[in-house]
Amino acid sequence: MIFGLPVISITIWLPIIFGILVLATGDDKNAPLARLLALVGSVLGFLVTLPLYIGFDTTTSSMQFVEHHGWITRFNINYYLGVDGISMLFILLNSFFTVIVVIAGWRVIEKRVSQYMAAFLLMSGMINGVFGALDSILFYVFWEAMLVPMFIIIGVWGGPNRIYATMKFFLYTLLGSLLMLVALIYLYNLTGGSFSILDFHQVAIPMTAQILIFIAFFFAFAVKVPMFPVHTWLPDAHVEAPTGGSVILAALMLKVGAYGFLRFSMPITPDASHQLAGVMIALSLIAIVYIGLVALMQTDMKKLVAYSSISHMGFVTMGLFIFNAYGMEGALLQMISHGFVAGALFLCIGVLYDRMHSRNIADYGGVANKMPVFAAFFMLFAMANSGLPGTSAFVGEFMVIMGAIKVNFWYAFAAGTTLIFGAAYTLWLYKRVIFGKVANQHVEELTDLNAREVLIMSLLAVLVIGMGVYPLPLSEILHASVNDLLVHVAHSKLPL
Amino acid sequence: MNLLANLIPVSAEIFLLVMVCFILIADLMLTQSSKLFTYLLVQLTLLGCSIITVGTHEHGVTYAFNNMYVDDLMSDVLKMLSYLGMSMVLVYSRQYLMLRGLFTGEFMVLALFALLGMNVMISANHFLTLYLGLELLSLSLYAMVALQRDSAIATEAAMKYFVLGALASGLLLYGMSMLYGATGSLELGVISDAINQGVQNKSLLAFGLVFIVSGLAFKLGVVPFHMWVPDVYHGAPTAMTLLIGSVPKLAAFAFTVRILVEGLQGLEHDWSSMLIILAIASMALGNLAAIAQTNLKRMFAYSTITHMGFMLLGLISGGIEGYGSAMFYTVVYMLMSLGAFGMIMLLSRAGFEADTLNDFKGLNQRSPWLAFIMMLLMLSMAGIPPTVGFYAKFSVLNAIVQTGHTWLAIVAVLFSLIGAFYYLRIIKLMYFDAPESHEPIVYGSDTGLLISLNGLGVLFLGLMPGTLMSICAVSVQQSLLLY
Repeated sequence: MIFGLPVISITIWLPIIFGILVLATGDDKNAPLARLLALVGSVLGFLVTLPLYIGFDTTTSSMQFVEHHGWITRFNINYYLGVDGISMLFILLNSFFTVIVVIAGWRVIEKRVSQYMAAFLLMSGMINGVFGALDSILFYVFWEAMLVPMFIIIGVWGGPNRIYATMKFFLYTLLGSLLMLVALIYLYNLTGGSFSILDFHQVAIPMTAQILIFIAFFFAFAVKVPMFPVHTWLPDAHVEAPTGGSVILAALMLKVGAYGFLRFSMPITPDASHQLAGVMIALSLIAIVYIGLVALMQTDMKKLVAYSSISHMGFVTMGLFIFNAYGMEGALLQMISHGFVAGALFLCIGVLYDRMHSRNIADYGGVANKMPVFAAFFMLFAMANSGLPGTSAFVGEFMVIMGAIKVNFWYAFAAGTTLIFGAAYTLWLYKRVIFGKVANQHVEELTDLNAREVLIMSLLAVLVIGMGVYPLPLSEILHASVNDLLVHVAHSKLPL
Repeated sequence: MNLLANLIPVSAEIFLLVMVCFILIADLMLTQSSKLFTYLLVQLTLLGCSIITVGTHEHGVTYAFNNMYVDDLMSDVLKMLSYLGMSMVLVYSRQYLMLRGLFTGEFMVLALFALLGMNVMISANHFLTLYLGLELLSLSLYAMVALQRDSAIATEAAMKYFVLGALASGLLLYGMSMLYGATGSLELGVISDAINQGVQNKSLLAFGLVFIVSGLAFKLGVVPFHMWVPDVYHGAPTAMTLLIGSVPKLAAFAFTVRILVEGLQGLEHDWSSMLIILAIASMALGNLAAIAQTNLKRMFAYSTITHMGFMLLGLISGGIEGYGSAMFYTVVYMLMSLGAFGMIMLLSRAGFEADTLNDFKGLNQRSPWLAFIMMLLMLSMAGIPPTVGFYAKFSVLNAIVQTGHTWLAIVAVLFSLIGAFYYLRIIKLMYFDAPESHEPIVYGSDTGLLISLNGLGVLFLGLMPGTLMSICAVSVQQSLLLY
């Protein structure tokens, strides 16, 4: 805590309070007020996360900024918050993207503005809650609750097939969550009456139970990541979501799943994790290679980036389940980097979509002639997506491949192919959309980025390059927590 | 025991009975236009009842009338909640009934008689009192369903309700008589002792138990004894559906717990395995059938079947956790169903029932606030946090995992997933679709306030569920003498 203030609570509740205020502005007559309030809320929401970064102690792996109050005493459920190096960065990332999303939706969203902005602010607070919670029921409440605003966002402001997509999104993720709930309750009884995640980390669990718990967690987290074969909701949801929704989905929602593996599956069931690591790696490699090939075949820009996200998240899950420091740190850096890159790509597509109302690659061509500034930004993000050295994506992917080589050369080899496929689908997309002659009348009428869009893009560009060139500040924060986690995972938790 | 000591535990019921008779007569003198007076009188009666119930509360368990009647914490809590529920029912129904010419003294008198029946059921400690309360409740409800005399569908529903209800009562009576034959008593405590000491005629006991459980299942409306539920919910005027679907569930819970736990604890192994089958069948059929409904009242009927199945899981688990969670679930369910049916009535107009799914289309554009409240209610029914429905499911699941039936918990959550679909569909209709009609939604400030409180209450209890959970657990613990 800094100056005795509950920092994490503020990062959770401030956006939520602003969300309610924005909602209270009512219908579209008050849209300017709603936008302004949302901007203030999101910027403040980001500013209050900075003390977490500034006051963070990189030398320890224990939880920091801890808050602990009784909540439902009957079940020993507590309002228990705290962050370590892993979760702290995601709170920052989330609050940062909330600002981006609010600015990105500034003019684009015209109907039910207050509800749109409020949904994002509410979701922002809930995602911070997911990362900050150290009580598993508190975690679960935030984890489930954040589905609701996303459900509304996709369903109301999404594309033509939005209802199918949002239903699929909700029910898929709910399936996993419910199984996780049963696992949490089981663990509660095993620990003798505690829902604290840190207590779950200590309790001994027999092998069969570990495997079942691992599977329950797997359903919850793999759906969110998403891992092959439970990834099919993602392309639908991404394609139909409005730009802001896609950005939050790619940058945060997917990370929540991987975070779950780190916080729950691996430390709580280390023996099952080792036992099933082969399966996890196989699924990750299928995601990397097969989904990469699928991405190559897409004709819809958003779908292409969505599949590319799944492929990149394959790196993350592989990095986690090879159980060494390179892999895990690489996975975490990849998660953050992918947040920036995929978020930026969805924003780029959003920029085009707002002007042309088409996501079809074939409708474009020669955009560079009309939108040179845009073409330059898009180029940077496309390069980052294909893992070019000097961009943020390179650091994580490189470290994961390094980690994989130590375990098995062929893992690294298969994963390495993504550098080729990734470059292929991204650059081919770029070529078809940006280069060439002006394809048609609509492209002819395109206008380049306005100041608001340039602002967003530059922010992201700075971060992508900055993280690629100098990742040390991030990896320093991760270091202690990752090492601690690895030690933890290496210890068997079978009862003696 | 002298007469006065006997009368104190039943003073609330006596007051209620006196007031019902008074209202019945007073109402004859009033013209149709001054029915509001009757309405206020009824609300005052409910207030008076609750004051008396609180005032006569005594610590521990008090028996009256030769152990036929019991006053304990569980009964007092459930009675208080019944008064609250009944009062809400009346507020929600007032406008709806006025527009349909059903806002008559008979309605209110029957409602109070039903309440009296429920109170007797909640406090009964003897098969005869239990049956008396049950019949008082049921007969009042049959009549209420048939109150709309010119509606063929309501009359049909009333017939169906009556015939099947009578059958269920018959089953219960038959079961009771067998237990009487096996144990030699109709008093729950004596029956329990007799079973624990060993009964000669085991098969008679088993038969009796089967009949009792079937009768209870009929009254609770769980599969395979659920046939009447959708038809009655659908056919009855919405105000009556609201009444049938909400408050009596509390009484049904008390009724079931009194018989199975207080009376037949010794046979727990037998009845809990029967309940497992009933619970799973209810969750399966209720959830699947609800998906296919286009009529909202029918859909909620199937959803009730599911919820009652889920509640049974708590009873199966047993112990303070199990019974406490079942009670909590029932209370939460009552709040949610009050809100949901209240919303249907609030959206209705003269000559128009807002009871199909399509009537909820685009509600967010017509009234964002009502859509938000309905969304909270639906999320709660689906068990999504941070609404209270989640904690209801959570506490039942926790109880069931504690007993080692983890597989049952998994089955339950998988069916809840199916259930989530049709609740989400309503949110989808309200938020994603365009409205079919732009008629302004007219409602009184009292109903508007109540529905807001109801919806926000579901949210607030979801943020702070601890108190209500503890009340349920403590009352179950004190009343059933569990440690």
